Amino acid sequence: MKLHHYALPVTTALVALTGCNPPGGAGSASSGKAAANSAAARTWVAPGEMDKYYLFYSGGHSGQVYVAGIPSMRHISTIPVFAPYPATGYGYDDESKAMLGNFTWGDVHHPGLSKTGGVYDGKYLFVNDNANNRIARIDLRDFKTHQILGPIPNSSGNHGSSFVTDNTEYVLVASRFSVPLPKGRYADPKDYEKEFNGMVSGIKVDPQTGTMSVGWQILTPPFDWDLGSTGKGPSEGWAFWTSYNTEMAHETLEATSTQAEHDYAAVVNWKAAEAAIKAGQFTQMDGVPMIDPAKVPGVIYFLPVPKSPHGIDTDPSGRWIAAGGKLQPVASVFDFNKILAAIEKKDFESEFRGVPVIRFEAALEGLVPVGLGPLHTQFDGRGNAYTSLFIESVVAKWKLPPWTAEEKADLNKVVLDKIDVHYNIGHLVVGGSDTTKPYGDYLVAMNKLSKGRHISVGPSQPESSQLIDVTGDKMAMIYETFTEPEPHFAQIIRTDTIKAIEVYPKAENKHPHAVWDAKDTGVVRKGNQVEVKMIAIRSRFIPDRIDAREGDELIVHVTNVEQTTDMIHGFAIVEQDMNVVIDPGETKTIRLKLKKAGVFPFYCTNFCSALHQEMQGYLAVRPANEIASR
Amino acid sequence: MKDFLRREIFFLRRPLNLMSRLLLLAAAGTLVAAAFLPLWKIHLVAPQYREGLALNIYSYQLIGGNGGQDLHEINTLNHYIGMKTLSEADFAEMKWMPFALGVFVILALRAAVIGRMASVIDLGVMFLYFTLFSLGNFYYRLHSYGHSLDPTAPMTIKPFTPVVIGSQKIANFIQTSLPQSGGYLLAFFLFLILAAGWNSRKEVP
Repeated sequence: MKLHHYALPVTTALVALTGCNPPGGAGSASSGKAAANSAAARTWVAPGEMDKYYLFYSGGHSGQVYVAGIPSMRHISTIPVFAPYPATGYGYDDESKAMLGNFTWGDVHHPGLSKTGGVYDGKYLFVNDNANNRIARIDLRDFKTHQILGPIPNSSGNHGSSFVTDNTEYVLVASRFSVPLPKGRYADPKDYEKEFNGMVSGIKVDPQTGTMSVGWQILTPPFDWDLGSTGKGPSEGWAFWTSYNTEMAHETLEATSTQAEHDYAAVVNWKAAEAAIKAGQFTQMDGVPMIDPAKVPGVIYFLPVPKSPHGIDTDPSGRWIAAGGKLQPVASVFDFNKILAAIEKKDFESEFRGVPVIRFEAALEGLVPVGLGPLHTQFDGRGNAYTSLFIESVVAKWKLPPWTAEEKADLNKVVLDKIDVHYNIGHLVVGGSDTTKPYGDYLVAMNKLSKGRHISVGPSQPESSQLIDVTGDKMAMIYETFTEPEPHFAQIIRTDTIKAIEVYPKAENKHPHAVWDAKDTGVVRKGNQVEVKMIAIRSRFIPDRIDAREGDELIVHVTNVEQTTDMIHGFAIVEQDMNVVIDPGETKTIRLKLKKAGVFPFYCTNFCSALHQEMQGYLAVRPANEIASR
Repeated sequence: MKDFLRREIFFLRRPLNLMSRLLLLAAAGTLVAAAFLPLWKIHLVAPQYREGLALNIYSYQLIGGNGGQDLHEINTLNHYIGMKTLSEADFAEMKWMPFALGVFVILALRAAVIGRMASVIDLGVMFLYFTLFSLGNFYYRLHSYGHSLDPTAPMTIKPFTPVVIGSQKIANFIQTSLPQSGGYLLAFFLFLILAAGWNSRKEVP
């Protein structure tokens, strides 16, 4: 374990305090006899010091992304994505309102960092919306959402994303909830098998701008595609998804979709799909080129996986693929080389709607008895895998192949360690596990139940996250924290890989109505429209009086002319449901229908300076009839 | 007394040897460099400005640190106490100072060519006057900015003079003012002039 150099003096201080019975028991027996190596010392980031890693949590049905630091696990900020967030004024100005469309929430599940050459490049974070079939791009230069794509045509239940290819060519998506296609078409759910379809989508990412567009789609049977991962090394150009409803049930899935011993995983050759599109082997559906795999062989194969599996994760070498059995206490390990050989030899057990089903035994390397309810697997880059066990509330560490003959004979021998987590772990993340070079030092367990672990906050409960040090033979629990509902997957990236700005440079502001000087500000009326060009600077708005009439449309372009880090201004109008927050160098446009007469104070909401309170003005709205009578 | 005056005239007529002339050439070069380098720097540090705000003063320009941004920031902060906006356009010095430095470069070259002790003395005396005038002017500028505060400003503080050289506390800021490379070169110029004179102090006319 590599210690931060500042940890030592602090630890010494803790030791010194032990004798005086400090509150909270910082020096209690649980922090270990070797204090320098105690959990407290290993997670302590002194005031003013910085964390080594970013932790980007998906915020689940909060619709947002949470940013924390590792090893401190401190929540540092929240990036609003799919839901309005008054704290940063997101969802009130024209631009963010347009991005949100008519939705007020989303369900963020699996963040995926952009990659170059199979490792994180620190440029973008992609996140999916399981509820409204969207995908968003957060630019890590400013930690802001810059694009929301969707609802994606012909794709419903965007759970199986955001899986990023080795050079961010695509973010891959698979549908969880099949529906009659194209969307908007009615069919009786009783005719599920016949009328409903799933879809795999390749979301193309522009290498220069990061702009996403739907590149292509592959039509699938109405299985419920669940989770996936992209290949690398020998499996580069491929992607894998599990499914949990090969039975194609449409009611009481709890029972009906859990009957089969195996469900099919999708083994997708996305490079072949891309080539098929180039060769014109597609039909258009709802404006998207769609491949029918029955007509284009080689783009998709099915692979049986036991039983109602959840995660399917490719290891850093790209050869080993581990699927969590969920209802069977094993992690199935497949060898990609065997998958390729089976495809080569047509070693198929059957065909389903024109898609070959690879023979299970031909692809399998082994079934590792990890424990009850295996879901997701992460890798440390040293040949170890870590699988979350939902039912058992445990993380199991096990050894990836190649295995010795003795180990193969009894795969219990490759299960190396287990650690309790609290409770019912869902996802887990090891930094860089989905790249070719994992960091391999920390694991974060994201647990679904936190009951009894924190001071009571009533019936609404937070989720628990636990930091586990995986550098030793035995995993060590070193920290526990809580988040709002509800992280699913997360991503970890070294802080120095991200080059963030803290001020929008004036030279980069391309807003057509940005003004930087008081003399360029003003209020202009055009018919029933009142347009204001405003600047915000410590500690005033210029202009600080806006005159309008009842029934007018008010447009305000407000530029924060500051160029100083953290000199952020807010612009809120009382009783008008309006609050934008403008970062230094940024211009935001708001639009309001003035429905009632009166005088409405506006003020700065984001504390800026000693005279922040004084940063206010008035929107004076004359009644409509008064004007008419003149 | 008579003897002193004779010795003085005799001294002023001394020719400059090669070394002295080279020193004068070097001095001219030093001044050319000084014209392009920062002369002085005012640095302001406060708890929320740990990295500090810098004002770099050149013979011909006033530049804020952090790509010019610090000047805006200092002006933004100064408006709270009613200090006049610091703007390069208000400093006439920045127009005549490069010209004055050019004159001294020419005078140094002239002294090197003419090779007379009298020219060296003229140059040294004039430059010393120029330096003292500039420092005095700098002090006067700082004093007048710190003493002509708008009485209607949000905050009323006691008029003050930012320190010319050294550090002092002003409200929540520690202000530090120190010469920079260009300023040191000006001092070095004077040193080279003295060295040129010293080196030829015994030359026979």
